[in-house]
Amino acid sequence: MADYRSMWTELNLDLEKHDALLQALPGMYENIYLSQDNRPKAMAYFDFVIGEIHGLRVRELMDHKASGGKVVGLFCVFVPEDLILAAGAIPVGLCAGTQFSVPDAEEVLPRNTCALIKSSFGFKFGRTCPYVQASDFVIGETTCDGKKKMYEILAEYHPTYVMEVPQKKTPLGRELFLDELRGLKAKLEEETGVTITAERLTAAGALVEAKRRALRRLHNARKARPAPISGLDALLVTQIAFYDDVVRFTENVNALCDELEGRIATGEGVAPADAPRILVSGSPMAIPNWKLHRILEDSGAVVVGEESCTGTRYFSPALAANDGSLDAQLAAIADRQLETHCACFTPNDERIDDIRTLAGGWAVDGVVHYNLQFCHTFANEAVKVEKALAKDDIPLLRIETDYGDEDMGQLKTRVDAFLEMIRR
Amino acid sequence: MTYAGLDIGSRTIVLVELDEGLKDFVILDTGANPLQRCQALLDGRTYRSVVATGYGRQLAATTFATEVVTEIRAYAVGARHLYSDCRTVIDVGGQDCKVSLLSDTGEVRKFGMNDRCAAGTGRFLEVMARALEMDVGRLGDHGLSARRMAAINSLCTVFAESEVVSLIARGEDSPTIALGLHDAIATRIAGMVRRVGPRERVVFAGGGALNACLRKLLSQKLGVELTVPEQPQIVGALGAALIARNGGCRPNRISQPR
Repeated sequence: MADYRSMWTELNLDLEKHDALLQALPGMYENIYLSQDNRPKAMAYFDFVIGEIHGLRVRELMDHKASGGKVVGLFCVFVPEDLILAAGAIPVGLCAGTQFSVPDAEEVLPRNTCALIKSSFGFKFGRTCPYVQASDFVIGETTCDGKKKMYEILAEYHPTYVMEVPQKKTPLGRELFLDELRGLKAKLEEETGVTITAERLTAAGALVEAKRRALRRLHNARKARPAPISGLDALLVTQIAFYDDVVRFTENVNALCDELEGRIATGEGVAPADAPRILVSGSPMAIPNWKLHRILEDSGAVVVGEESCTGTRYFSPALAANDGSLDAQLAAIADRQLETHCACFTPNDERIDDIRTLAGGWAVDGVVHYNLQFCHTFANEAVKVEKALAKDDIPLLRIETDYGDEDMGQLKTRVDAFLEMIRR
Repeated sequence: MTYAGLDIGSRTIVLVELDEGLKDFVILDTGANPLQRCQALLDGRTYRSVVATGYGRQLAATTFATEVVTEIRAYAVGARHLYSDCRTVIDVGGQDCKVSLLSDTGEVRKFGMNDRCAAGTGRFLEVMARALEMDVGRLGDHGLSARRMAAINSLCTVFAESEVVSLIARGEDSPTIALGLHDAIATRIAGMVRRVGPRERVVFAGGGALNACLRKLLSQKLGVELTVPEQPQIVGALGAALIARNGGCRPNRISQPR
């Protein structure tokens, strides 16, 4: 790790605080991840990526910058990675998943704000995330009021550009979003000095679509009983998708899927065939937020899907074929992004259909609705989800929590009681 | 042949011994080292099997318990044993409040539990009793003696405590405040019960059910009669003991903590 100290100094990290963060991670990862039984061998790559989370990948970004490229930070699946790549820039999902940076954020932001917002802001404010430090600017969006207003404050500390995401899935909303994509394209061209041509966008779109295809393949492998991979491992792969090199990542996900499909053929799994199969649905789980999956799988369940921004909402919609012109490609990107069934939309009944489809297709025994405290959009939508699933007789457990560990006992009681209920 | 149920709660540890019927029970404070306290309690007693429940059940899982079950299931089994027509169980414990809806055969169909805060729990009453300088056991009767009720707006234990302090400073008498506190907590619990959709018979158990004022207000707010067992605190341990006597729910199905 000593090799990276000069890089971290160059990135103006708060070295002392950053050391504390890096000291906590290996023990936590060992406890939660490496202690799992019968992990796929191909997970070794992802273990390596986590081991180098603030090292090698950051070095790659710095090398890219040294050769004249740009690095763009983002927090949300609505921000199109393909457009950023087409400008010769590298998109990176930024750190937002740990209590570690929350106290820093609370010096500035209101405490009654969701943990994801506080964690992301705290990483910048406390200078403990090398990715935000390495980024030339951050692209925010308007997917919730908390983030929207946080970006205004973040802009005082870091260059921030905000694109608008509409609130309704109407032709007018699509028009607005398409216009926002054109605006983002112009912004990227101005920042990078690269003109986004139809050819460049086609090439970038193909890379990102290949990544999503690999993730969909992984998602489909989880239909098998017994489950060939733990929910923890599958979640980790999706989380890493946000910041790893797109080509290398895709290759490694496909290698993982080869292994999983082999397991399925021989009936090998990570949990007994009769382990309760759980679908997790709700707020995103930014790295290293593994709290709920850990409790569920420690209690004997296996998570077989995430209806989440760190799950199906990230990789499910496919980019539609088009005539390859710049306009047609932008329209296809807009249509794809707007197929994201996020609770920021009203109404958003398609999400309920998604949950039903997943519950059926993945042979789910119960759904856990995961809600970050103060995430009002998902908290309110949970009411509708609960009603819809009750009609289908699909058991649902609603969990509201944040990144702290103080409610682990209560959560475990709820999860255990839920599993007792669905096992009978 | 004696079986034991052990409910290791956040505030009390309850041991129930069962043979043909209820043989004996013991209630202790949990203290700072519940595992040690349980071991001292079990020292010299031998059982065919022991089932543990409650907040500390995982501690027991690695030592002396044959099996662990959640409080939700233990209370359901215990309440159902006492009242075979029970369909709803309300358990107000030390740090949690839980409501379970049972099927006509006694299986847990749905449950609710307070979020990560002490509002609506025994702990809330303890903190408020301290603010009013009285034993928590007397708080209920104290509230029932009130002629008026103070409005307590805050459900957060910390904020409610400061509300109590300002009411005291304003010269409000203590029964009036106590009644307001019970009303606040009963409103909160009633909301949770309604969310689950209660069916009669409703059994109210856990240490909170010892409080007469809470019983009265909760029954009024829900518009149903509440059945309170003679020993409401032991229902969870009784359920655990019954599960032990029935040979467990299903052996080894709840995994051990790593």
